[in-house]
This record gives sequence, structure tokens and C-alpha cells, in this order.
Amino acid sequence: MEFLKRDIDFDFLSKKRAASIVSIILIVAGLISLSSRGLNFGIDFTGGTLVEVSYENSIEVEDVRRQLRVAQFEDAQVQYYGTSSDILIRLPVRSVDNSASISSKIMEVLRMPFLETLAETSTGGIQQCVSESGFHACKVQMRRVEFVGPQVGGELTEKGGLAMIYALIGIMIYVAWRFEWRFALGSVAALVHDVLITVSFFSIFGLEVSLPVLAALLAVIGYSLNDTIVIFDRIRENFRKMRKGDPTQVMNRAINNTLRRTVLTSLTTLFVVLTLLILGGEIMKGFSLALLVGIIVGTYSSIFVASPVVLALGISREDMLPPKKEEFAPEEAP
Amino acid sequence: MLNHYSWWKWAIIALVIVPGFFYALPNLFGNDPGVQIRGARGLALETTDFETVLSLLSDKELNPKSATFEEDSLRLRFATPELQLKARDFLQRKLGNRYTIALTLLPAAPAWITSVGAQPMYLGLDLRGGVHFLMEVDMASVSRRAEERYMADIRTILRDEAVRYQGIRRVPEGGIEVQLRDAGDSEDSTKAIRKQFPRLEIRQIDRNGTDILGIRLSESERQELSEFALEQNITALRNRIDELGVAEPVVQRQGDRRIVVQLPGVQDTARAKRILGRTATLETLLVDEEHSIDIAISGKVPPGSKLYPMRDGRKILLKNRVLYSGDNIINAAASIDSQSGGPIVSISLDAMGARINQRVTGENVGKRMAVLYIEIRSRVKLDGEGNPVLNSDGDAVRIKERIEEVITAPVIRGQLGKRFQIEGLDSVMEARDLALLLRAGSLAAPVDIIEERTVGPSLGQANINRGLQSVMIGFILVLVFMAFYYRIFGLLANVSLALNLVLLVAVLSIFQATLTLPGVAGIVLTVGMAVDANVLIFERIREELRNASSPQASIHSGYEKAFSTIVDANITTLIAAIVLFNFGTGPIKGFAITLSIGIITSLFTSVFVTRGLVNLVYGRRQLQDLKI
Repeated sequence: MEFLKRDIDFDFLSKKRAASIVSIILIVAGLISLSSRGLNFGIDFTGGTLVEVSYENSIEVEDVRRQLRVAQFEDAQVQYYGTSSDILIRLPVRSVDNSASISSKIMEVLRMPFLETLAETSTGGIQQCVSESGFHACKVQMRRVEFVGPQVGGELTEKGGLAMIYALIGIMIYVAWRFEWRFALGSVAALVHDVLITVSFFSIFGLEVSLPVLAALLAVIGYSLNDTIVIFDRIRENFRKMRKGDPTQVMNRAINNTLRRTVLTSLTTLFVVLTLLILGGEIMKGFSLALLVGIIVGTYSSIFVASPVVLALGISREDMLPPKKEEFAPEEAP
Repeated sequence: MLNHYSWWKWAIIALVIVPGFFYALPNLFGNDPGVQIRGARGLALETTDFETVLSLLSDKELNPKSATFEEDSLRLRFATPELQLKARDFLQRKLGNRYTIALTLLPAAPAWITSVGAQPMYLGLDLRGGVHFLMEVDMASVSRRAEERYMADIRTILRDEAVRYQGIRRVPEGGIEVQLRDAGDSEDSTKAIRKQFPRLEIRQIDRNGTDILGIRLSESERQELSEFALEQNITALRNRIDELGVAEPVVQRQGDRRIVVQLPGVQDTARAKRILGRTATLETLLVDEEHSIDIAISGKVPPGSKLYPMRDGRKILLKNRVLYSGDNIINAAASIDSQSGGPIVSISLDAMGARINQRVTGENVGKRMAVLYIEIRSRVKLDGEGNPVLNSDGDAVRIKERIEEVITAPVIRGQLGKRFQIEGLDSVMEARDLALLLRAGSLAAPVDIIEERTVGPSLGQANINRGLQSVMIGFILVLVFMAFYYRIFGLLANVSLALNLVLLVAVLSIFQATLTLPGVAGIVLTVGMAVDANVLIFERIREELRNASSPQASIHSGYEKAFSTIVDANITTLIAAIVLFNFGTGPIKGFAITLSIGIITSLFTSVFVTRGLVNLVYGRRQLQDLKI
């Protein structure tokens, strides 16, 4: 089976004006949102405490809030997490009593109405509690606790930004070495474009930016680049092979040559990312969303951002002629 | 001939794939509920212990499925979690404090697989459940304590030199200031302090007519102290964790002031925090040699003395007066005596400890002095059945236990002072352990928990299930798509995709790299992206066919031409993954690891292996046309 059976010959680069308008609108909208609303950073970056608990039966958020208020946790944010028996509690960094013991106190408070305390064993993945009736499965199961001190959070934000920059620099050097400086700039422009739009997406929809989201952004860089490099490779090959044609025609040809592959690989990757989004649970949601947006934008940018930038920087056939012929050792014939 | 693999290429494929399958195999067997028994505080288990445990268990009909002795620990596998719990509780009551008994999961793979070191993947805390602490050592207090010790020592020096001074104080920003009475003393006193403490930085300051000595720790000494404090805290934390009953604890330094503690399977973080913050101390006492130990053991302990257990289980009679405590020990290091060649432990005391030591040892040459290790533990009180005893409020009753143990009781050979040595040790190992224990008694500096990540057992299991599901469904979607789109070639690509998964799991298992939930996401992503190389190749083959090349030539040049593209595309992704690895903390690192390994294994399978498969199917024969 094959889609787009006949030779495709679509003039992508003539659409660069329309494409740049789309990109600019997206980026400007993103920048406006980023500067006005900012990003909803998770406790990985801001510091604070997060407790996820699972009740035996469904529970009212208001009840949990009241319990926490009575125990002097007025600043606790309480919300459902996936189902009506799963609760997520967040506490900001506190100036006093800002320690890892907050989470333990919260669990104690939540267990109080059931008159149970945690025993030091669990059976088959279920926490056991002790009460007057002896051992039983805890009515409130601790699912997850995260406490991040403010000193750690600040460092992460800094390190995350630096990681992004290092990745871009490393990639630029490699592409400049394997191709040419214009290609390096073109690929980095596309990557910055992708990261900006993905981050803007999180800002516009107020989604939480956690550590996994940051990891997803770096994966998006890797993925988008993958696409871009495949097209660049073909552009280089075509410059050497096609004796006729101006740079626009040569590059258009390369984009068309690789179009099927670009679409197919994006499809298979989207399959798995969608699987993650649907089956991965609440924790992986931000991560999968960032990948989903990033992959779509990345596929678009490798065609409509990377190549036009290279073209605008004035690439010519002479720039691409190899100092020596590049060839890989042919398969030996017995 | 085109499209034919020579034997050595097949040999390479076999050399990778066969061990790959083998090392991935343990993951299929899952884990058995197990109990791990180790000697407490780094004591070694012996084969007799092994037999004792087994006979104890068989008396109670709690026979394990299998029992192995590896890496200083006894590992018992049980058929059910109920048996495991019963056995743990029973052994805890029977064996007591000399052992650390922990619940754990042990690989269920048969012995012929595990005997060559094949193990299942090492699951991160977000998959197996447990606590992760990041602790920061309060380095300011390390300098402060050092300066306080120096202050006491400097007072003594000045007194001995008959230098009159108005006052001596610690500057809040760090450093010590001595205010002298007489300007003429500053040279002499500087010299006297330098003679004892050559590493201190001393400046003579004239402030509004008063002469002041500004004394500071040198940068190198400050670093050394920090380094030492970090090391001592790690040792102390390790010793404490032993009593938490954790099977595979991780205690690692991170940077120059932080310690990572990971406790798989622990959920009661309140208890973990309590124990990690607990204090233990050391005391030195004189051995009571005037009275008979046998009479004391029989019940008539002489007044003014007390019986204590030694590490080897024997008893020793000590006089009640404490000479000095672990707080007075500044350092303890194991080394080899230059004269006798035997292992020794050198100990340095602070000024107060040194003074006492000098006096006491001077008066007691030829007698024995004991070092006693004391620790306060609290634990849930259990009744005869092993159930916790509850108070009227329904809370489990906790009892405090004072653990006392004599580490060593050497003979005093002569008068000692600030520095002295303990000799007569059996081995370098023992010397090192003793030095560690002497230092590890208490935390060198307070630690703060600056990050906690706890995952409950139910979430851990849910994460495993979700992860597995995502990998399987994503994998099947890609398989169906490829088979549908590329027919035979698609099936061949699918075989290599499956091999890729096997190899990825094998590499993760061999290196025991930590598999986290983001790591699983990395595997899922790899599955989606690994077919990229095949898509590139197959599209290239189609292109060649459209250009009217012969089928065999098309296959050949399809692979040749796609190769450099594939390499470039993968190396750039690898760069991003490596940056991610260097940046990442725990779970993110897991993502970077699986992504990087996935890139490398997929290069091998989707280029090298599919080529072989394509050659097998289409090579060595005349093809009229090629369906792709």
C-alpha cells in the first residue's frame, strides 16, 4: 500500500510567506501569554509539598479541605485527581515549618477520621493500617508524596534553561560540521520555534510545567531535529546530483522526496504518543501533551521553518559541493 | 553478488541477539516475595547463621521456596506474600538486633539464568514504591563547631603561655578574634598558636588601639572538614538505615554538600525521617579488672560497674564513670603502623578529650579501656503473636530501647594525649570498620531534607501496569501499521522492532540502569521512532524502483543511500538525549537512558538486522518485480 502514489511535486517554499505568518501569529500569541500569564510551574520548580491520596470510596473535596483547615493547613489546595476518590493536595513553600515533615503530618490528619495509623507493612501493594479492629487495608492510601525545598526548585529552573541552551549549541556545532553554518542556523531556528510554541501551549492553557514536561521538551528538540536533518540530507544530496535548477527548486525537490517519510514517521510516533496520553495516567499527561504538540509543530517546522531559513540565508550550489566525494563503503560482493 | 550477507555478518547478529535474549529473559519471570537478612551495622553473616535461620523457619513450617547466600546477605524466597510477612515477623522476634531483616522482591528467574549474572531490570522508586530523600549537610555548622573547638584549644595555649587576654570570641560571620591586653604579646602568642596549629591563618589587627588576633580556618582545612563531615554523615546514615529493614538502600553523595538516600519499599516516611535524624553516641570507660567477670555474669555485678555485651557476643565488665564521649573525637582513621606493620586506628581528640585522656591513661598504664557504642532506638511494641500492642487511643505503643555494645577494649600501653592509636586489631578491614564506627556514632553536622519523593506501593504497581500497557499497545499499533503499509518488508521491519525491544531490555538489565516511569515513556517513544530508519530505507527503495532500477539494485542502493541520513538524524537526537542525561535528576535520567540506548539498539536492528532479513528473503535470486 502507498499513499500519494504518483510523484509528488508540491511547491512548499512558495508558501513560506503564508507559513511565516502562521508561525509569527503563534509565537506572538505565545509570547503575549508567556509575559502576561506566565507558566504554571509545578513544585519541581517552585518548591512546595504535594500529596496524592486514594480513598476507599469517593469523597467530597470540601470535607478534605475542612479537615486540613482545622489542622492549620489553610494554604492547602485540594482537588480531584482523575477520579472522585483520588485527591491531590498541594501546599506552597512555607516560611515557617518548611520541612519534609509536613507531608507526614498531612497523612496523619487525613487518617484521623478513620481512627487508623499506618503499620509498617504492606501486602500486595496495599498499605496496611492498625486500628482497634487490628490490621486492615488503610482507608486512605498514600499514593505519592513530593516535597521540594525552595533551594532545589530554584536550581532546577536554572539547570533546565541551561540544558536547553547546551542542547541547542551541541546540535548547532554538529550540524555546522556535517553540513554548513546556514543549515545549523536553520535547524536551530526551527528548534527554537518548536520549543517556544510548545511552551506557549502550556502557558495559554495554564497546564502545569513539571520536570517530565521539561524532559519532553528536550525530546521534542531531538525529534524535530531528526525530521529536519533528513530533509537537509536530501537537500545536500540534490544539490550535488541535480545539475539544473535554482536553490529553491532543489530544496523543494528534497522536501517532496522525503515527504512520505516525514508523514509516516510522524504518524507512527503520534500513535505511540497518543497511547501514552491515553494509557499513561495522570502523571504522564503533561509529558505526553508536550510531546504531542511538539511533534506536530516539529514536523511542520522542519518543512516550513528550517528550509526557508536556510534559503533566506543565501545557500547556493557551490556551498554544497563536497571538498571530497562522500561515499560509504559499498557492500562487498563475494 | 548484491544483497548477500557473508557469514561473519550473521555471526555478529547472532553474537548480539543470542545474549540479548538471554539477558532479557529474567524479566519474564518477575519477582518472588522475599526476605533479606544481613548482619546489622556491617557485621558479616556466617554459614552458621544461615543454618540457624533455616532450621528456625522449618520448625515453624515457614519453609522458603529457596534460600541463597549472596553478597553478605541471606535471601529467602517465599511462595506467597503472607508467608513472607509471617517469616519476617517471626525472624525479627527470634533473631533480634544483630541482624537487619527486610522485606524485598527477589528475582524469580531459575538459577541457571541468574548464575551467570542475568538479572531483571532495576526498577526505580516510582515503579517499585519507596522513598527518595535529598539531604543537605549544614556546612556552616561544621565550620562553627571546628572554630568552637579551636577556641577552647587557644584558651589553653594562651593560659599555658601566660598571655593575658581580654576576651576571645567567635565572629558571627566566621573566624575567631582574641583581644589581647598587652600589645607586646601578639608576636609570642601568634607563634605559640602557630606551633600547635600550623594550618590556622592568623592576622594581627590594630583596632582603635587594642591589639586583636584574627584567626581563621584556611580554605583547605575548611574543605577538608566539609569533605569529612559529608563522609561521616553518609556512614552514619548507612548505619541507621540498616535498622529500618530496607533491602536495597542507596546512600550516595551528590555534589559537595548533599546526600541522596533511597529506600525502596518504605512507605512510613515519618518513621524513616525519625530514624535518619536520630543520634547515637560513643563513650569511653575503663574496664573493671578488679572483679571477676564470671561472678558478674552469674548475677553478682559489683557496685560501680556494669556488664556490657561485646561485638562478638562475649560480656565485659566496665566501670561506670564515663571518661569522654564521641563528641570529643575529632577524627578516626585506619592505617598501617609503620613499625609493626599491623593495622591501627588513629584517633584525634579535642582539647577537653585530650586532657582527660592524658590524665586517665597516665594513671592506668597496663589496664584496659573500652569504647562503648550507645544508641536509642524506638520501635513498635509487639505482643506474643507479633501484632502491635495498642494503647487506649488505638495507637501502637512504641518502646524505647537503649542499645549498648562494646566496640573494642584495648590495653593502655602508655600515657596518651590528643592523638592515640588503637592496636591489636585482626585485619585492615576491622581497622577500617572501627574507624567508621568511631566516626559514625553521630552525625558530624545536622542534615536537612530538602527534597522528598515518596511513591506508595499501589501507585508503583499502577505505574508498572500503565507503562507495560502503553508499551504493548504502542508496539502493536506500529506493528499493524508497518505490516499493512509495507507488506513483507513491513513484517521484516516488525521482526527487527521486536528484536530492538528485546535488546533494549537486555541492555537495561545488564547495566542495571534504573528504569523509571519516564524511562518507560522513553521505551514507548523509541518504539515509535525506531521504525523511522526502516521507513527511510523502504521509501528510498520505492524511489529507486520508480527510477526503473532493477529490484536487486533498488534494495542495494536504498540501503546505501539512506544510511548517512539515518546516522546523522540519530546522532543529533543522541546529542539531545546526552544533554538530558547530564541535566537530569532521577526520573528524567531514566528517560534519557532509555532514549539513548533505544537509539543505539534501533540503529543496529533497523539497519543491520533488517538488511540481513531482506537479503534472506530476496537475495541470491532473480526478481522480476518487488512488492513494497
